[in-house]
Amino acid sequence: MSTQPAPAREALLAVRGLRKAFGAVCAVDGVSFELVPGEILALIGPNGAGKTTCFNMLNGQLLPDAGEVWFAGRNISGWKPRRVWRLGVARTFQITQTYGSMTVLENVQAAFLSRHAQLLRLWTPARDLYREESMRLLHRVGMAAQAGRGCGVLSYGDLKRVELAIALANDPRLLLMDEPTAGMAARERLALMQLIADIVRERGVAVLFTEHDMDVVFRHAHTVMVLNRGRIIASAPPAEVRSDPQVREVYLGSGTMFH
Amino acid sequence: MQFGEVVNIVLNGLVIAASLFIVSSGLSIVFGISRISNFAHGSLYMLGAYIAYSAVHALPPTTAGFFAAVLATGLAVALLGFVIEATIFRRLYDVPHHLQLIATFGIFLIVRDAALMIWGPQELFSPRVPGMKGAIAILGRKFPEYYVFIMAMSLLILAALWLLFYRTRWGVLLRAATQDRDMVAAVGVDQKWLFTGVFVLSAFLAGLAGALDAPRLPASLGMDITIIIEAFAVVVIGGMGSIIGCFLAALLVGLLTAVATVFLPQVTLALVFVVMAAVLVVRPSGFFGRNSGASWQDPVTADQVLQPAGTRLRRLWAAVLLLLAVLPFVLPPYWLDTAIETLIFMFLAWSFYFMAGPGGMISFGHAAFFGIGIYGPALLFKYFGFGMIPNLVAAPLLAGLSALLLGSFAVRLSGIYFAMLTLALAQIIWSVTFQWFELTNGELGILNLWPDAWARDRRIYYFLTLILCSSAIYFLRRAVFSPFGIGLRAGRDSALRSEATGIDVHRQKWLAFSLAGAFAGLAGVLMLYLKGSAFPSYLDISTSFDVLVMALLGGLQSLNGPLVGAAIYRALKIGLQTYASHWNAIVGVILIALSLVMPRGLSGLWSDLRGRRAGAPGAAPGLELSGAE
Repeated sequence: MSTQPAPAREALLAVRGLRKAFGAVCAVDGVSFELVPGEILALIGPNGAGKTTCFNMLNGQLLPDAGEVWFAGRNISGWKPRRVWRLGVARTFQITQTYGSMTVLENVQAAFLSRHAQLLRLWTPARDLYREESMRLLHRVGMAAQAGRGCGVLSYGDLKRVELAIALANDPRLLLMDEPTAGMAARERLALMQLIADIVRERGVAVLFTEHDMDVVFRHAHTVMVLNRGRIIASAPPAEVRSDPQVREVYLGSGTMFH
Repeated sequence: MQFGEVVNIVLNGLVIAASLFIVSSGLSIVFGISRISNFAHGSLYMLGAYIAYSAVHALPPTTAGFFAAVLATGLAVALLGFVIEATIFRRLYDVPHHLQLIATFGIFLIVRDAALMIWGPQELFSPRVPGMKGAIAILGRKFPEYYVFIMAMSLLILAALWLLFYRTRWGVLLRAATQDRDMVAAVGVDQKWLFTGVFVLSAFLAGLAGALDAPRLPASLGMDITIIIEAFAVVVIGGMGSIIGCFLAALLVGLLTAVATVFLPQVTLALVFVVMAAVLVVRPSGFFGRNSGASWQDPVTADQVLQPAGTRLRRLWAAVLLLLAVLPFVLPPYWLDTAIETLIFMFLAWSFYFMAGPGGMISFGHAAFFGIGIYGPALLFKYFGFGMIPNLVAAPLLAGLSALLLGSFAVRLSGIYFAMLTLALAQIIWSVTFQWFELTNGELGILNLWPDAWARDRRIYYFLTLILCSSAIYFLRRAVFSPFGIGLRAGRDSALRSEATGIDVHRQKWLAFSLAGAFAGLAGVLMLYLKGSAFPSYLDISTSFDVLVMALLGGLQSLNGPLVGAAIYRALKIGLQTYASHWNAIVGVILIALSLVMPRGLSGLWSDLRGRRAGAPGAAPGLELSGAE
């Protein structure tokens, strides 16, 4: 497995001094980092460290109190999520977000329809549009067999896969994944992360993900960034982070983290 | 204008405000704590006026007798409130707000019928209050003593409520519950009795308000609807659950009404709703309301996959159309008109479904666009001599453009705020047709709009209606499965996912709202030429409710439900009107039952039954009424 840091190129995503407070609690407190194409960056930290808040500011769902987000040379701070998406930033959610009244296939087709600006057509049935492209993605994530099922009845792990297919529909340059393997069995997790690693290698996508399963993190991430109480306390290749005394202290008591 | 006139206007405004505050405070408390928009609150007020009328006549005609009557009325209505809470409300706290409104509308209908049965249809005037028959001079103007007494009472009640909320343990719990119900439950407070207590208090206030108004206004059957809509406006403007907000909003509405009565008598009714709509647009939580976020929203439960009609269903619809095509040759003329009307209502219900089902926007004012479809052409005929064909084109255009305009801010809101805003918009349109006499002839209506000569034969008009309605429904059905419909449903199912996938949820909803409005307008103009006249009653609040009930009866999660629901509801209403003397009450009972035991309507019931038979809920393929195969 690749544990080497990706070669330094021009940053695709550059985050500078990001800050967000909810009342008196500073959820994200001056976070800065960079991400280059083809890099897999894991954002880890204990519960409440500010990982999801950080994610939500990257794709425009939350407005930061301070700081800037640059994507592909553009300052996208304050942009709406759908505008950020158009630039090539796709995301999955910690609590999966899919369309319950549609089939798995339709969920992916909806993303294609949006990508190709088809959403104002009133007459043509949507079922025949971007069907093959959608099926190809569903094959890729292993959901082709369930393409006709409703998303309201799927298991959590399957929903995570559908979300990945939806995210891939826009040919993203950056994938933001909030706990992509939560709710999956150990083998499924590794398979899914392997899939993501393959996609990264093929397309040069940059990936930022959060994860609680350290096995997944240390096996696939090029860089591991540790967040605690809204601040980055370490950012380095997995091997270095593993031996960082400060990181060890933060995780003290949760012995399962480091085998 | 003289100083004396100003004094008069202000004093009149203060009386209206005082009475409005007493009614609205009860509504606001229930709103804030139980999260129920109680449409029956005005009915309790009306009962208060009627009971006070009877009580005053039963007791000795003295000041003490009057006070005893008022107090007894308040207590009697409070007792009734207890019964209603224990039997119906208690089961309503966790259902979506549109079902709460439907259930309380059911109570409204039952109380209306009961009052008719007990006190009859005539207006009942209570005698003037002994000891307060005189007038006192205020700044040079004579003013009835009793009015001053009502004002004093409203201040007393404000003070009492303030003490109750801020100086008693019960009040602390209530305020805590306003902010976070679940937390209050989590720390071990029995919510059930809290809610019961609140509702009884609210009923007491409604009864008291009715009793206090009895010497000022005659008790009549229409006062329930008038007061509830104004009270909703006050509660929304002041902020749901805020007593002080309620007080200030009542002052504002009272003074505005008094000013408008003198200077702009055509728009007194509209003015209140314009203020209400403006507040909802600018600050949805009102003057003093807290934005309580998610708890006011509707939980979206859409786990059933919508699918286009399969072969069997298509055949069934073809058969139904064939049957409908034969109908005019076998029906007697009177029933043909009923059939046309039913078709129009089925279409109207479907236009509503398009926005409420796939769009998730449950409007309480769909009658607004139906009404524009009626009055737009009627006015074009009255002032410019428009004929039927131009009007058939103008109606959907006018209604669609209005929906485009109103929707631009309406669809930003959701849940109860969207419901209240659409209610206000519909009331604005209605009050123009009702009150702006110079323009619309008010209740006298606009008459003599008959179809062109070629369509005057009832059968031809029937086919015209059938063709227009069924092709419009076909178009909208296709739209549900078009890319537009996918985008619309995506926004309803998960706004987060949609926005993170580039879908402009607001744009999809806005267009769906406008399309629904345009088609409601088409339904309106068809109704206009069927009836040959335009009257305000065609678009009053009961029409909005009827449309909502038809769609809910059929079930919002299904494509065919609203059609079936509309047909059954119309048939039921016609049947009951013909054969039962108290059909309002029967409809009321049906509405309550619908909300309590059949929240997903007939189609939900149908798919549950089928699921049980097939062994797996909602998973069986084949022919299905709900369209979710």
